[in-house]
Order: sequence, then C-alpha cells, then structure tokens
Amino acid sequence: MEDIIIFFYSFREPIFIMILAIFLGIEVISNVPSVLHTPLMSGANAISGVIIIGGIILVGHANLSQLSVELVLGILAMLFGTLNVAGGFAVTDRMLEMFKKKKK
Amino acid sequence: MEKILHTFNGMEFTVGHAILEFSYLIAAILFVWGLKLLSHPETARKGNIWAAVGMILAMITTLFLHEDENGARIGLMNMVVIIITIGIGGAIGLVISKRVKMTAMPELVSFFNATGGAASALVGLLEFGNPGNESLLVTLLGLIIGSIAFSGSLIAYGKLSGKVGGLSAGFMKYVNILLLMGVIVLTVYILLQPDPQAYVYLVYLLFGVSLLYGILFVMPIGGADMPVVISLLNSLTGIAAAMAGFIYHNLAMILGGIFVGAAGSILTLLMCKAMNRSLWNVILGGFGGGSSAIGEEGGTVKEITLSDAAVLLAYSQKVVVVPGYGLAVAQAQHITHELEKVLEDKGVQVKYGIHPVAGRMPGHMNVLLAEADVSYDKLVEMEEINKEMAGTDVVIVVGANDVVNPAANETSGSPIYGMPIINAAEAKNVIVMKRGMGKGYAGIENPLFYRDNTRMLFGNAKDSIQKLVGEINTL
Repeated sequence: MEDIIIFFYSFREPIFIMILAIFLGIEVISNVPSVLHTPLMSGANAISGVIIIGGIILVGHANLSQLSVELVLGILAMLFGTLNVAGGFAVTDRMLEMFKKKKK
Repeated sequence: MEKILHTFNGMEFTVGHAILEFSYLIAAILFVWGLKLLSHPETARKGNIWAAVGMILAMITTLFLHEDENGARIGLMNMVVIIITIGIGGAIGLVISKRVKMTAMPELVSFFNATGGAASALVGLLEFGNPGNESLLVTLLGLIIGSIAFSGSLIAYGKLSGKVGGLSAGFMKYVNILLLMGVIVLTVYILLQPDPQAYVYLVYLLFGVSLLYGILFVMPIGGADMPVVISLLNSLTGIAAAMAGFIYHNLAMILGGIFVGAAGSILTLLMCKAMNRSLWNVILGGFGGGSSAIGEEGGTVKEITLSDAAVLLAYSQKVVVVPGYGLAVAQAQHITHELEKVLEDKGVQVKYGIHPVAGRMPGHMNVLLAEADVSYDKLVEMEEINKEMAGTDVVIVVGANDVVNPAANETSGSPIYGMPIINAAEAKNVIVMKRGMGKGYAGIENPLFYRDNTRMLFGNAKDSIQKLVGEINTL
C-alpha cells in the first residue's frame, strides 16, 4: 500500500498528464470519417515511435568503451525506433498524397 | 547554457534544461495538433508533417541537451553512434515505405508497429537493471506490453502477407489465459523480491513469455477481425512507449504514447462497432473457424459471359461497385477506374459502395481507389449506399465476400450474424467477380451467390475488368 502511495506521489505530474492525454486522444479521434482510418492509424503508429527518445537517452549515456550485450540491444532498440518513426511518417504521407484534390 | 538559473525544489536547472523541456512541450503540442489535422481529409497531410516535425525536434534536442543523473551530456562518440544508427534506420524505413505497393499497406503498418513495440520492449529490458531506475513496475509493464505488440504485430504482418497460416484450436483460448496469468504472476513475483534488480534472468523469462503470448494471441484471430487487431496492437505500442516515458520522467513520451494509445483504443472500438462485435468477442472469438458455417442455401450459381455483362452494364442507369480485398490482391484499382470512366461515357452513373471493414484495414479501399484517381465524392459509405440499393441496376462485387453476405442479416446461426453489410442483394442485378467458389476470409458460405438476380464472373478481377472494358468499348 505504502508503495502505491509513494508511486502516486512521485509520479503525480505524469499521472495528471496521462489522464488528460487519454481524454484528449478520445476527443480527437471520435469524429473521424472512415476514409481516413488507415492513414490515421498509420500516423498514430509513427507517433508511438517516440520511444526513440528513450533509445537516444539509453545509447547516449551508454558506456562505449566495451562492447556489451546492453550496448548492442540499445543500438538495436534505436534502430527499430527510427524504422518506426521514419517509415511510419513516410508511408502515411504517401497514402495521404493520393487523397489530394484532383484538378478538374 | 550551463549557467544555473534557478534552484527549484532543491533541483538546479540551467538554460539547457529549460530548452529541452520546452522543446518537449512543443513536440507534444505538435503530436496532438498533427493527429487532430489528420482526422480531416483536407488537412490530413499537413497534420502528418507537423507530427513528424515534432518528433524530429524532440530527437534533436534530446541528442544535444539531455543530461544523465550526474549532469553529464551525451558524449561525442555516443552522438556519432546515435547519428549513424538513426541514419541507417531512417534510410531503411524510407526505402521500405517508398517501395512497397499500395496494396501491401496493412502489412506495412503492422510491420512498423512491430518495430516500435520491439524498441519499447528492449528499452524496458535494458532499463530494468539500471541502478537509477525508481519505477520498476512501469518498466516491466513497458517491457510486457512492448513485447506483446512486437510479436503480435509480426504475426499480424505474416498473416496479412500470407506467410503465416491460421491456427485456431479450441484449447488456444485456455493456453492464452494461462500465459497471461503466467505474465502477471511472474511480474508480481519479481516486484515482491527484496532486490528485484538482482533477478534480471527472470525478466528475460518474462520477456520470453510475453513474446509467446503475443504470438499465440494473434494466431487464432482471423477474418474480418484483422483490422481490429492491428489497431489494438497499435494502441499497445503507444502505451508501451508511454511506460518507457515514466522511466525517464519524459513528458513528451508519456503524452505522445498515451495519446496514441487512447486514440488507437477508440479507433479499435469504432471498428468493432462497425462489425457489430464486442472487443472481447474479437479477442477470444476465434472467428472463421467455420464450425457452424451455414451453407444450406445450396442451389446452383449462374455464370455470366463477358459480353452479356458488358451489355447489362452499358445499358444501366446506375451501377455501384463494391470492392473488397480481392480488388487489392488483383491490383485492379486502376482498371476499375477505367471501367468507371467508360461507363460514364455511356451515360451510366457509377458509384462505389465502401464497407467500413472491406479489405484488411479500415479505409483500405479508400486508399486504393484514391491511388487510382477515383474522385472522392464517388466513394459512398455503407449506410448511404444501402439507401440507394433498390434504385441500382447493377452492383458489381469485386473481390468482396463477407461484407455483402446476406447471411449477416438473415441467418441467426451464422458467425457474422448481426454485422452490418452492404445490401447488394437488393439491387436489380448483381455481378460477382471472383476467382473461384472459395469462401471469404471468414470462411463461411455466401448465399448471395445463389440468388436469382446474381451472376458470377469467374477469373482474376483485373483480367475480367480489362476484358469488360474492351467489350463495352466495342458496343
């Protein structure tokens, strides 16, 4: 019990943000035409690549002087994260490019 | 930059700290604003670009301004390693996304989702043993959720691209529940140890069990439920990224991740609603096992020749095309647009009836037809097109099956009973283009094919339409 209270207190600000973000997410998505479901999913997927920030921090402060399993996995994490971000945004853009208004 | 500006709650902060946090704020705003713009057709492309700008901004400021607990910035060599890694990952991502065919889009989204999940899982795995880590619970949650999203998305990718077959045995349900319980028990056990960080090998075990759960969780799911699963996995990746955000007290990660998680969950529920199924049902359902497949309608199917079909179409007032996954497989979107133009030249009104879950992803058909330059206002959503069905002369079903299956309205024992469909059977004539008499993805019989007003046109959709266009041109 004590642990839970400590957890809540030390993370009170992120928890506030988390709760508000949930409502925000629901609000923003609620009125989407089904035409846009695929690009929206793809765009949201690219945003979930924010994990790349974690990867940068991880590798950024890693000890490079010796090759360790941790270092390799960390670099792998970054590689995956960038794939997610770059590929995700690029593919969403490619999809949306086709929705451009046609000139008559 | 290094000057200590102010001491706040016993923490000193410098201009560098302030710029970093401010850039995270901007990034978070850009994520939300971007997704907001993405939900409107006119602004969607801009929205995607803004979100990408936010991401790049956060990456750059993290690289140059982030400090560890001891106040050390990222070292030069580390920077070089990071930039090279980002360069390689980015290049691969861009090349894949440019090369892939539009029809393979669902697989690709699934694949990118898998990479995001993998990154989260690895970050969780590596941070667990970090002595400075004060939040082991969220670290493990990020690891578990990320692993499930990773292996689950990979299986979804494999299933969509036909590399992985289905596996649906009745006992899978129990295996999955056992695995999930195993994950929970293991997590609690690790956290209850006096020094959890000494049990890294258990964490690797947890990683393995979560990966296995992800595989077995997606394995039995099939049929029209695939889009729902992709959306669900997508939202899991977001949540996993947010959990990692807690480890670093990084508000941009928490906001971005949870925001995507919430948006993805809502999208998942919207899709379930479109299919009249509960999420629980989708996850445990094992749809398409086909045990209760109803095929008592029997009877004979009637074929139509190309020239008859051409005449029927050319002398109609109004034609509705109902596309499905077969259109994507046959790459028939361009030739379908051709058919539409030829018919319009003959004075026929042509529209497209788009079922919300046609294809393997919501909006899949819209994306494909947009690629072929089909104009926006011809794409009509299910409810609207159903109102017009009775006044339609010919419905052409191109590679769709379950979404026009009248069993969903009529046969209460059918696995898809209750799913809203496009009521193609109400039109005066129906032409069904199919490769053969195979069943749809849901594996159930379609009584539509046996109706009196239905004619079958067997063959690859692209070839059939090509020939049809030729025939109509000679009329």
